[in-house]
Amino acid sequence: MIEYNEVTKVFGKDVRAVDNVSFKVESGDIVVLLGPSGCGKTTLLRMVNRLESITEGNILVNNQRIADLNEIELRREIGYVIQSNGLFPNMTIEQNVTIVPNLLGWDKEKKEERYQYLMNLVGMDPDDYRKRYPHELSGGQQQRIGVIRALAADPPAMLMDEPFGALDPIIREKVQDEFLAIQRELHKTVLFVSHDINEAIKMGDKIALLRDGKLMQYDTPANILQNPANDFVAQFVGQDRTIKSLSIHYIEDLMKHKQLNETTDQKFSKQVPVNMNLRDALGNILESDEKEVAVTDENQKVIGSIDFSLISQYVSELSQ
Amino acid sequence: MNSQKVITWTVRVFIYFLVIAFFYWTIKNQYFSYIFENIEQFKVLVIEHLQIVGLSSAMAILVSIPSAILVTRPKFKRLEGIVSTVANFGYTIPNMAILALMMGVLGIGFKTAVFALFLYSILPIYRNTVAGIHSVNPNLIDAAKGIGFKPHQILFRVELPNAAYAIIAGVRTAVVINIGATALAYLIGGGGLGNWIFMGIKVFDDSILLSGAVTVTLLAVITDYLLRGVERLVVPKGTKRS
Ligand SMILES: Nc1ncnc2c1ncn2[C@@H]1O[C@H](COP(=O)(O)OP(=O)(O)OP(=O)(O)O)[C@@H](O)[C@H]1O
Ligand SMILES: [Mg+2]
Repeated sequence: MIEYNEVTKVFGKDVRAVDNVSFKVESGDIVVLLGPSGCGKTTLLRMVNRLESITEGNILVNNQRIADLNEIELRREIGYVIQSNGLFPNMTIEQNVTIVPNLLGWDKEKKEERYQYLMNLVGMDPDDYRKRYPHELSGGQQQRIGVIRALAADPPAMLMDEPFGALDPIIREKVQDEFLAIQRELHKTVLFVSHDINEAIKMGDKIALLRDGKLMQYDTPANILQNPANDFVAQFVGQDRTIKSLSIHYIEDLMKHKQLNETTDQKFSKQVPVNMNLRDALGNILESDEKEVAVTDENQKVIGSIDFSLISQYVSELSQ
Repeated sequence: MNSQKVITWTVRVFIYFLVIAFFYWTIKNQYFSYIFENIEQFKVLVIEHLQIVGLSSAMAILVSIPSAILVTRPKFKRLEGIVSTVANFGYTIPNMAILALMMGVLGIGFKTAVFALFLYSILPIYRNTVAGIHSVNPNLIDAAKGIGFKPHQILFRVELPNAAYAIIAGVRTAVVINIGATALAYLIGGGGLGNWIFMGIKVFDDSILLSGAVTVTLLAVITDYLLRGVERLVVPKGTKRS
């Protein structure tokens, strides 16, 4: 758990990079620090592992003030991933991945076991890559190694500064999905910097939206999209915020509130699975000839159909 | 890419040709016979030469690499400007003048020669080490800090390995220049192969002159080759880019 208490950071005399920010990251949550360039995201993040000093206020990690902790030990217990991966070019992939266990003095077998486990986690062959150097990997592979290096000593918390920012959109989607799958297993407490609202919606259990060092809104993606706290937030999330919010709701969620249309003996040209998000479902509806698509369960059995008016009703119920 | 290769090869073949022609000419005229007639003195001079180079280079490495490391530590950042200015200024003095100056202070002899050449070798090594450390990507240092490296671990595991190529290049330059400059040590009674070169000039004997000069050149070439070997051993594989 990470807790910011009235934290302020002033650079030089009067650059208030972070201005009286308070919020709490619950254990096992991913919180995305979101906002335009220069709003203080990186500074906020780097104060947690004391790469930046705190001007006023304090930060607690697991109920301990970080100012009271040994800086080196604190950092070894918090994973750190940066945009430009920060892999050491002079070390092999294996050495990079096991660097923190190494610093902590783990024995050889434990390190090897961990190395195997981590490489398999991101679907890279441990032996193929063991002796390779970072420059022999693609950008996406390097970033994956950057992530598992941060996970190596199994730290309870992770700090990630635009970790996938340098990747092209397709690879980024893939690495994001991969990270979410890992997170579902490992339940790390994650602070994740992004300036991309779509990434924030996808990755975040909560979003902390910042502007000029001030916290504008701290809430779940759904609430930020449905009830923006002020004009800045509304503008930042965009006019298509309703459509964006569809991507975090699934047909399953809709079924908890509404009945699917009955399909007696009607045939639909398109079928969608019940675990599809409403944004993609809407896309399918618009593309279909009938403007309505069949919904199938895990066993490919048709359990009903969905059309525009159903989604529309669901959305208007949500925002009440 | 390909035309570049062609040019490199043409130049290389041309140079090999010149070298072979040169040796053919000198050997035909028995210019090196002086070495074999004075083999005992030759051995003494080569050893003297190598001693001066070895001692002055070793001292220069021991002084300049640590001081370059020191001035690149965040704590001593302010020192860097001062140290670099002094070192750069020192390098603008011609090496002859340094020898003469040292002679004024320390008198003549072997020690003076070693000290003067030591002074002269400091800058290339110092400057390359500083540049090498500065050229290490700041993101790496940031990542290292964030992961929980201690300052000395950042230095030895990140900065120095990634600056190794530049540092060795500086050492190579300094040592090779030093081998040539050591020929001047004769002028202040320091010994070495300069003896024959200057004697050759004085008595207009190409045989004596070339016996000294060619040996110095060969020493420089061989040393450079050996240091390349060291480079291959010391520079981490992943930091090499061809
Ligand atoms: N070391 C520093 N010295 C002085 N000012 C700084 C320093 N680091 C950051 N700042 C200033 O603090 C403010 C916040 O910077 P920060 O890097 O936290 O922004 P950011 O939200 O991460 O931006 P970006 O999305 O571009 O990475 C900016 O105005 C920046 O200029
Ligand atoms: Mg930033």
